[in-house]
Amino acid sequence: MEPFTTLRSRTVVLPAANIDTDQIIPARYLTTTTRTGLGGNLFADWRYDAQGAPRADFALNRPEAQGCSILVAGRNFGCGSSREHAPWALYDYGLRAVVSTQIADIFRSNALKNGFLPVVVDEPTSAWLIAHPGADIALDVAAGTLTLPSGAAVEFPLEAFARHCLLHGVDELGYLLARGEEITAYERRR
Amino acid sequence: MASTPQTLFEKVWRAHEVSPESAATPAVLYIDLHLLHEVTSPQAFALLRERGISVRRPERALATMDHSIPTLTAQVFGGAPIAIDSAARQVRELEANCAEFGVELLGLQHAQRGIVHVIGPELGLTQPGKTIVCGDSHTSTHGALGALAFGIGTTEVAHVLATQCLLQSKPRTLGVNVHGRLRPGVTAKDLILAIIGRLGIAGGTGHVIEYRGETVRGLDMEERLTVCNMSIEAGARAGMIAPDETTFDYLARRPRAPQGAAFERALDEWRRLPTDTGARFDREVDFDAAAIEPMITYGTNPGMVIPIGGSVPAHGDDPAFAQALAYMGLTPGAAIKDQPVNVVFIGSCTNARLSDLRSAAAVLRGRHVAPGITMLVVPGSQDVKRQAEAEGLHQVFLDAGAQWRESGCSMCLGMNGDLVGAGQYAISTSNRNFEGRQGKGARTLLASPVTAAASAVRGRVTDPRELT
Ligand code: SF4
Repeated sequence: MEPFTTLRSRTVVLPAANIDTDQIIPARYLTTTTRTGLGGNLFADWRYDAQGAPRADFALNRPEAQGCSILVAGRNFGCGSSREHAPWALYDYGLRAVVSTQIADIFRSNALKNGFLPVVVDEPTSAWLIAHPGADIALDVAAGTLTLPSGAAVEFPLEAFARHCLLHGVDELGYLLARGEEITAYERRR
Repeated sequence: MASTPQTLFEKVWRAHEVSPESAATPAVLYIDLHLLHEVTSPQAFALLRERGISVRRPERALATMDHSIPTLTAQVFGGAPIAIDSAARQVRELEANCAEFGVELLGLQHAQRGIVHVIGPELGLTQPGKTIVCGDSHTSTHGALGALAFGIGTTEVAHVLATQCLLQSKPRTLGVNVHGRLRPGVTAKDLILAIIGRLGIAGGTGHVIEYRGETVRGLDMEERLTVCNMSIEAGARAGMIAPDETTFDYLARRPRAPQGAAFERALDEWRRLPTDTGARFDREVDFDAAAIEPMITYGTNPGMVIPIGGSVPAHGDDPAFAQALAYMGLTPGAAIKDQPVNVVFIGSCTNARLSDLRSAAAVLRGRHVAPGITMLVVPGSQDVKRQAEAEGLHQVFLDAGAQWRESGCSMCLGMNGDLVGAGQYAISTSNRNFEGRQGKGARTLLASPVTAAASAVRGRVTDPRELT
């Protein structure tokens, strides 16, 4: 995993609440056996029309959204299935963070394991961001802050261990493998 | 010294802490049973292979095939190739991965294959007090037997394969207390839909639910599985029900449950699991079962649910709500009853066990599905299929004009080609009505097996109490 320290980008906004993982990556694209290549089908049913052509009115397809790496979304982003294909698809597309007032548990856990930052902010901050697509904002993992164009910094929660893993590009598997003796001891004492 | 009263969840959690959570690190939680399927495992095995890691406890893993596999007999048992190439590839890949890593596989033609959340309990592998994970959010189902069971992502699948452990922050607890009697025609599916309708689809986020109260005690095991299955639809990763005589009776006949003296010893442990008197939940909510009607969804998430006699609500100027109704082609204020349907699906890990098929068949016996209706009945496992056939239920479905298939997830998520067409209405006993879930443009109405069967007969949304 690449270390994730800071990120500055314009935002792309999907204001809907409850964007579920079936929207992020519909089931019919879960046919891959690798982690990459899913970006093309990110939000497939919203992004493309029946003929497969990009829909000009979809936020990600607008010219000003190109190159944005921070997604702002409505409440309860990533609800639904446990498919890790959801953060894989977002990442593969070029997005690196999502900002919402609430993020579903399994999606959040999956996102953190793939260097994709789940940022939970308060209602007023979210409302401002949703009303200002393209806002130039900055995320700082060490400080746990989102900085608005005004310079105001808003804190977001991040567990100490998740922060450590992001900052150093550590993956949890290495950490767990290093606990092998403790695991063996546990297996013996049961 | 009297110890602090604990909840069922806390007891199971603590017993599985290899090391507890600290300010700097999450808990290392030991996993007793790891279930795998063909769609969320390939990248996990690939990760192990890349790093040259073997599976730490292959005997604690069991793989099966359910999500993308065909349900047409010829494609399952030979005679016809699997129509979807990518599904065929996932089947081959899981076979190869299980062989290479020494994981037991109940493969495509195995007599005990089925939807992963149906076969775990059915085989007796799902047991009280166990920690159970699977790369699938409906792993919450297994909590019905008093296990702590939750869905994980593919990276975590690799973690469990490699270390038999997961890094987890301790969730909060939510007690859902249900009192009173469910009325005739009102099922466990209606109960959980009503709970989700009240809690909201994010209401359980960060929590493990324990379903409690005399209504829950009175549910049989298959009904409890239906309830716990949809915990994730309220945002909770896990739902649990304290084990009791219903649980023990259910397990006593199961091939992979402890047998003989081992079963007696297990019983002693299982009886200690229920939440102690005086134990505290972080939150509690109460439900009156007698007030619950047969429920049906009208929108694009499971929280958008109303009693079957109700009308589609109006939500002022909320654009997301308006978009959901536009997708569904429904009008605020309109009755949901008598809404025409095109497809009826009886299946999924929510409602495809034997009791579900029996109740649907009871409605369909001597009746026929309405003209133009496509109806699929897909048993939850091959074992359910065999039992249903032994009772002649398949004949009831076939005589009524429904299709009778091999087991699998099928139209619940439409990965295998069992799809609902764009703009069509499907009344479905599954658990998700998200946009496109059953096919691009498909409009899903979630309901119980009896509501689905009654609606198949009339060709429109029907209160099952009108047909019994
Ligand atoms: S039946 Fe549906 S919800 Fe259940 S495991 Fe299969 S796809 Fe998931």
